[in-house]
Amino acid sequence: MSTERERDDEYESGGGTFGDYGGQYVPEALMPALQELEDAYERYVLENEDGFMDEFRDRMRDFGGRPTPLQRADRLSERYDREVYLKREDLLHGGAHKLNNALGQVLLAKYMGKERIIAETGAGQHGTATAMAAAHLDMPCEIYMGRTDVNRQRPNVYRMRMNGAEVNPVEAGSATLKEAINETMRDWATTVERTHYVIGSVVGPHPFPRMVRDFQAVIGEEIRDQIREKAGRLPDSVVACAGGGSNTMGTFHAFVPDEGVDLYAVEAGGSSLEIDEENGMAPNSATLSTGTDGVLHGAMTKLLQAGDGQIVESHSVSAGLDYAGVGPELSHLVDIGRVTPTNVDDDDALNGFHRLSRLEGIIPALESSHALGYLEEEHDELGDLVVVNVSGRGDKDLETVLEETEKRDLEAAPEIEVFDG
Amino acid sequence: MSDTSSEYDSDIEAAIRGNHPALITYITAGDPSLEDTKAYVEALDRGGSDLIELGLPFSEPIAEGQTIQAAINRALAAGTTPEGFFELVEDLETEAPLLVMTYYNMILQYGSEPDVRPFVERAAEAGLSGIIVPDLPAEEADPLRDACDDNGLDLIFIIAPTTEGERLDAVMSRVSGFAYVQARLGTTGARANVSGATYDSLARLSKYDVPKAVGFGVSEGDHAAEIIEAGADGVIVGSALIDIIASSDDPSDAVDALEAKAAELKRGARRGAETLTDDPEDTPEPEQP
Ligand SMILES: Cc1ncc(COP(=O)(O)O)c(C=O)c1O
Repeated sequence: MSTERERDDEYESGGGTFGDYGGQYVPEALMPALQELEDAYERYVLENEDGFMDEFRDRMRDFGGRPTPLQRADRLSERYDREVYLKREDLLHGGAHKLNNALGQVLLAKYMGKERIIAETGAGQHGTATAMAAAHLDMPCEIYMGRTDVNRQRPNVYRMRMNGAEVNPVEAGSATLKEAINETMRDWATTVERTHYVIGSVVGPHPFPRMVRDFQAVIGEEIRDQIREKAGRLPDSVVACAGGGSNTMGTFHAFVPDEGVDLYAVEAGGSSLEIDEENGMAPNSATLSTGTDGVLHGAMTKLLQAGDGQIVESHSVSAGLDYAGVGPELSHLVDIGRVTPTNVDDDDALNGFHRLSRLEGIIPALESSHALGYLEEEHDELGDLVVVNVSGRGDKDLETVLEETEKRDLEAAPEIEVFDG
Repeated sequence: MSDTSSEYDSDIEAAIRGNHPALITYITAGDPSLEDTKAYVEALDRGGSDLIELGLPFSEPIAEGQTIQAAINRALAAGTTPEGFFELVEDLETEAPLLVMTYYNMILQYGSEPDVRPFVERAAEAGLSGIIVPDLPAEEADPLRDACDDNGLDLIFIIAPTTEGERLDAVMSRVSGFAYVQARLGTTGARANVSGATYDSLARLSKYDVPKAVGFGVSEGDHAAEIIEAGADGVIVGSALIDIIASSDDPSDAVDALEAKAAELKRGARRGAETLTDDPEDTPEPEQP
């Protein structure tokens, strides 16, 4: 939490906006619930009423395993001839940064007297983290997940069920994260009086983007302390992947006031950066790099959309980055030049996956592999001291990686026959 | 189009108050094609609709239940565009004034830059009388409200079962045309009964002097009667009409059925109004939620 550090509120206005982005574009039925949430966020999260933040930090330590290490990556440092450090969010309970937010929100729902938890999930990491947090805090939990994602992220579906959550497959559209969010919002509009919607990234209507960022900000706060201790100074650059942008904002938030630290948000370049308007498809999820301003899922932000306003279907080899929107705060930080938007295509992300697995003994999530792909491509631009956020571990992706690797000729991949057993 | 009578502030208010109890019907434009929509709207008009809402399809309809989601998918698959929609509106000759119901991003993106004005100007030019935006709460509505005022369109706000206290005052102070009373929490979709929340909402709204129309779940003449009896000025029906469109083997088969359904609903509404005038003391028993 940034309570110790002076918050940089310059670009945050009171009405839930970041510059031109953000806001609350939701059905009227949800507005009272958003106001109730805003009130609870201010009291419990910002002011630590009833010791909420103390309990949150204690649980993140004992249940979640915080702090996570900042590790010097010896072989990557040698390969790129500069100091490379990895923030090991893959070591957090559940295998990704998602628990920071999920546990924070489920605990908040409990303080608010809510009786039921719902959430959407893409890769299944947020659903898994929410199911774990709900089991840990004894709350009933239902997860919405697109059918395509159910099929490509099976291990996470099993984990959610093991933790007692119901998993509702969503069949609409391309049946990925966007459709799962639509369906969770519909559930919430029906059950809002007793249910809390644990949104999984820094997206959605105010106060979600800000609140989720605050729960995730622990990543960057730890990095700041750890890098000072290990390297004696702040890094030249910090790199994180961006889907909705929660690991991104969590990693960046503490560094936003540090003008000397360059911030790189790495999106999914997919197979191409073009949008096919006729068929309503983008073969990428590079919203910050290529999107235009509009309103989706409750916020004004950058979007992948056709000229007439229809949202297009995004694509990425990584389910967790496969989203046509992005957090409004990131849109703003990109517009004011504080965050550099970049992207890495499916092939380079897969290479990043194999390289980290081989060189460092860490199997990263396909989402995080985009950040590692960027490091390979652009390390010369990143200065002498670089931190990369490894937002999650890749166990969930092994099947996808084997399949996708077989289709391609990847320089960093091992011989795939090895796996035939 | 009905004339704006000097008694009323707008076409829409005149259509509701002047035809009390009013029937408001909704279908999605382009489901299954814009030509079919033209025939359907004319049938709904003949059947006794006093106001007709046309949905301009958006790919992420978060306020919609299964029925209207499916209609929107059919309309998008048929290639329905905002320009095609406006041309349809220009082609229509109905007694009932027309409203457009769409999501905020469709309005923002109509011009070359994100801005609500080009859409509103085009809507006024095409002959629409008002706009309903299910994902635009009062707090975010000022730009669209101003553009509607400047172009003589009503901007309709939805009053939810959760809209109470100061929020209710704030929303009601911005209402023009009529207050769209959401009968129950949740999404659109035909239901088998009238919800208890409808009675509560109408009671909360009784102190405000604006026409009130109830939607979300209304599907039969008997519901219309109950809702009018409970004090509403109109009923809004959508999913029950789309069910008719979706279940007809040939699109043209739905035309007569839509006209008949509108007539049934209008008769139901009239029955409710007659009960009221027969015995003004007899307030209906609220159904337990
Ligand atoms: C490991 C991991 N990293 C990153 C993401 C992308 O989300 P965000 O951009 O909100 O961090 C996900 C989403 O599922 C994920 O599982």
